[in-house]
Amino acid sequence: MGKKAPANHLFFTILLLFFIAITVLSFKSVRAQEPTPSDDEVNAIARQMFCPICENTPLDVCPTEACHDWRELIRQMLAQGKTPSEIKQYFVDHYGDRVLSEPPRAGLNWLVYVLPPIAFITGLLLLFRAFRMWKVKSTATFQEEVSASKPAHGNEYATRLEDELRRRN
Amino acid sequence: MLAQFGFGILVVTFLLSLFSTSSAIYGYFSKSDRWVESARRALQLTFPLISLSALGLIYLLATGHYELEYVYSVTNHEMPLYLKITALWGGQAGSLLFWAWLMSAFASAMTLRKWDRDREFLPWVVAVTSLTLAFFLSLIIFFENPFIRLWQTISGEIAAHMFAPAGASLFLPSEGRGLNELLRHPGMVFHPPMLYLGFVAFVIPYAFAIAALVTGRTDDRWTRLTRRWTLVAWLFLSIGLVLGMRWAYDVLGWGGYWGWDPVEIAALMPWLASTPFLHSVMIQEKRGMLKQWNMLLIILTYSLVIFGTFLTRSGVLSSVHAFAQSAIGPMFFIFIGITFIISISLLIYRWNDLRAEVEMKSLLSREALFLLNNLLFLGVLIVCFWGVIFPLISEIVTGQKITVGPPFYLRATGPLWGALMALMGIAPLSAWGYSTLKTIGRAIWKPTIPTLLVPFVLIVLNVRNWIALLGFTLVAFVVFVTLYEFWRGVSARRKTQGENFLIALVRLTRRNRRRYGGYIIHVAMVVMAIGILGIEVFQTQTQQTLAVGQDMQISGYTLQYDSLAQFPYVDGRQVTRAVLSVYKDGKYLGDLYPRYDLFPDGQPMTIPAIRSTLADDLYVVLVNWENISINETPFKVYHNPLVNWLWIGSAIFVLGYLVSAWPEAETM
Amino acid sequence: MEQKITNAPAARHRSAPLWVQIVVWIGLLILMVFLGLGLFRAQHPIISIGSRVPDFTLNLFEDYQYQNESQISLASLRGKVVVVNFWASWCVTCADEAPTMETAWQYYQSDGEVVFLGVDYTDVDSKALDFLATYEITYPNGPDLGTRITPIFNRNIAMPETYIIDRQGIMQYKQIGPFQSLAEIRSAIDPLLGAR
Repeated sequence: MGKKAPANHLFFTILLLFFIAITVLSFKSVRAQEPTPSDDEVNAIARQMFCPICENTPLDVCPTEACHDWRELIRQMLAQGKTPSEIKQYFVDHYGDRVLSEPPRAGLNWLVYVLPPIAFITGLLLLFRAFRMWKVKSTATFQEEVSASKPAHGNEYATRLEDELRRRN
Repeated sequence: MLAQFGFGILVVTFLLSLFSTSSAIYGYFSKSDRWVESARRALQLTFPLISLSALGLIYLLATGHYELEYVYSVTNHEMPLYLKITALWGGQAGSLLFWAWLMSAFASAMTLRKWDRDREFLPWVVAVTSLTLAFFLSLIIFFENPFIRLWQTISGEIAAHMFAPAGASLFLPSEGRGLNELLRHPGMVFHPPMLYLGFVAFVIPYAFAIAALVTGRTDDRWTRLTRRWTLVAWLFLSIGLVLGMRWAYDVLGWGGYWGWDPVEIAALMPWLASTPFLHSVMIQEKRGMLKQWNMLLIILTYSLVIFGTFLTRSGVLSSVHAFAQSAIGPMFFIFIGITFIISISLLIYRWNDLRAEVEMKSLLSREALFLLNNLLFLGVLIVCFWGVIFPLISEIVTGQKITVGPPFYLRATGPLWGALMALMGIAPLSAWGYSTLKTIGRAIWKPTIPTLLVPFVLIVLNVRNWIALLGFTLVAFVVFVTLYEFWRGVSARRKTQGENFLIALVRLTRRNRRRYGGYIIHVAMVVMAIGILGIEVFQTQTQQTLAVGQDMQISGYTLQYDSLAQFPYVDGRQVTRAVLSVYKDGKYLGDLYPRYDLFPDGQPMTIPAIRSTLADDLYVVLVNWENISINETPFKVYHNPLVNWLWIGSAIFVLGYLVSAWPEAETM
Repeated sequence: MEQKITNAPAARHRSAPLWVQIVVWIGLLILMVFLGLGLFRAQHPIISIGSRVPDFTLNLFEDYQYQNESQISLASLRGKVVVVNFWASWCVTCADEAPTMETAWQYYQSDGEVVFLGVDYTDVDSKALDFLATYEITYPNGPDLGTRITPIFNRNIAMPETYIIDRQGIMQYKQIGPFQSLAEIRSAIDPLLGAR
């Protein structure tokens, strides 16, 4: 007994230290864990997406249970350290392009972005062309133009009367 | 009895409208005044007739005749009387009858005016209006009849028909289903009627346009007539849109006023086409130009009304706003097709008669700037139209559903709105016929100086967002230019007439209503822009779960959660109401009561609590889709700076409109 | 001045520029075509009884694979009767239907002539797996990734919906809403087993 006692003491001490170390280490990892993402952080991402099943309802205000599940999913993914674009990509892969608030710039969707500016610029060009055409025309007086470009119908008198009245204003 | 009577009257009115159309056209071709007069009288009669039918339906709604399928679907015992009456437009069938009623009102009013000067227009104006009325009546009679009743057949099945199926007896439910709870709100009283009034009124200027094209009377007469009716329609449409924004803000609980939902955009598009018309028609009146263009704009406006109605009611688009799918879709489709084909053909046929008579001499003249205004508005219109149509095209071509949402619209239309604001500041300083950089420059430097103070002050106040800086600068620019214009006019009068300031101001405005009323409307628009900029750029929001006694912070405000109560309400709903006290810098500002109502049929409704000041709104909702208990109450709070200027601006708009369009003695 | 007079008669006959007319009419035609198509699609079901079901590939959850494959395509099941059931974990009536579906699967599984496929529509994977575990579902199940399979059957789907496809790949039975009993399921499937 006497001979074994120091060895026993050593063994138990090591075991105790081992337990303490493990406990301390586990506390440390608990503290190192991220706090659960707040509602605001979830909403900041949910706001950029639309509910996959409801019509035209942003994901942060959609009241259905399914949307609640999706917001919790966002919360989980944020806790895992995913970035907003990774989260959005996940949603697109799983639920389709309609979750994004505008169409992804690919394929046919380019039309939606490109057509309005082209139409506007075309309109601008047409407008300038019209201006130039109007400026180039000779500056004959009112009377001459009215009598020269008679509209092709029978009610001449009424037309001329209207134009005279207008001019007088 | 009343149901059959109401339906019978509609059939009679339908036949009467068809008679009106055919006798008007026959009268025109056979040059018979008697037939045209007969057509006019027939159209005049439609309003009293449809009124009987509509009032009959209102009576049936108010008294809870649930054997009518429509009454069953939109009313129940708990609804207050005013909501039972407004349930007239709560469902597809009733709202179509309401639409027809309003249209017949405008049609009859139109027939009552003095037609002596415009005898030629009469046949076609009557024909187009009565044909449109007949179309809507046909939709009601054949597809969406609000008077059909519920019958129980021998086998026990319940079906809805107008007349009794063999062996069936009338089925009377003891209670109605009731209107969708989101619609049980005072906004329901005003928003749809205003919007419908706006839509429906555009038939009249369109009818005048068609009449002008067919008869060849493409001179200015139709412009004057059309302009007046367009102004009326435009007023109602504008008010309807603003009411819709206010209703969405108050009821939806999303903290916003406009979601760029396809149905919202469908209602905005006619406004985007009619506003440039109101401007370019002035060019036609002053300089005799742009007849083709103005014709096109009016046809476009009316087409957008029909198109928007089609989108909303046919089920092609799905939206929180849209009516359920309906059989009227194909009919509408055909009607749109015919409208487009006839309008465009007539326009092309008369294209030459609409030639410009005077050329444009100066790129900076008022006419030129008005044309730029037209281009910008149509730019916004194209963005909106394309954004609404594209998901449909994409789904047909690729099979995939996509969403075109706010980021697309804001990015595309933002610069256009900004340019329009800049124009509102520059155009008043430009003259009809001739202007150069020098002439405008000479006028513009005076209002520009105070304008430049604004971005300076904003930067000092630590505003760094460039959109806000630019936006508020443009707002100030328009305001200062308008003040300058008024001041210039008043000083001129004082110098020449020796009047004092106030009299000079009143007389100046009276003599030139259109101009100065228009200036007030421009100011109203930029005041609304203040609200829009405030909420779009500076809105903050937060969502937190609190226990009683805890508080939350947002934008300098502290909200303390005081208590939670749950109690039943008179109409059977279960109300959950929280009480929050609001503090700022330690000072107590008041209490807020966000509410969550649960209706007996399981429908929930969130009612936000709003604290409004000129500077901002504090907007609180109970997040009702999470669990609510005293220890865990989720709140969502929005801070919306400057949003009330949106509503103030719309009030100024009405004022400006009254100044501008107040009827005075016809000068000719 | 002279220019004006000689212009007048010519001006009378000149209409809107031809290219504008063509653009406008063609644009209008295209618009009406799309609107018409959109309307047609809104009012008619995309697939009806008797039409061939286009091929699709379903990714399967890990524990719900078919013959140890993590993916299954409809074409590979030609020759068997296929029951495609759309569900979601947040759908209450799907929960009502689930035990009945599983019982039916057990009934048909041994013969190997009928395959049940569960398609999870816009759901969160963890909740879906919980659902499947709760109701002890064993037939192949997977999420509708990218929502590509559901639009083949119904553009405005409401859970649950079941589509039964015969051995030749033709859709023969459409069930909107839950099945109420095993007998109901059997009465839909058994007639299709006869034809080889």
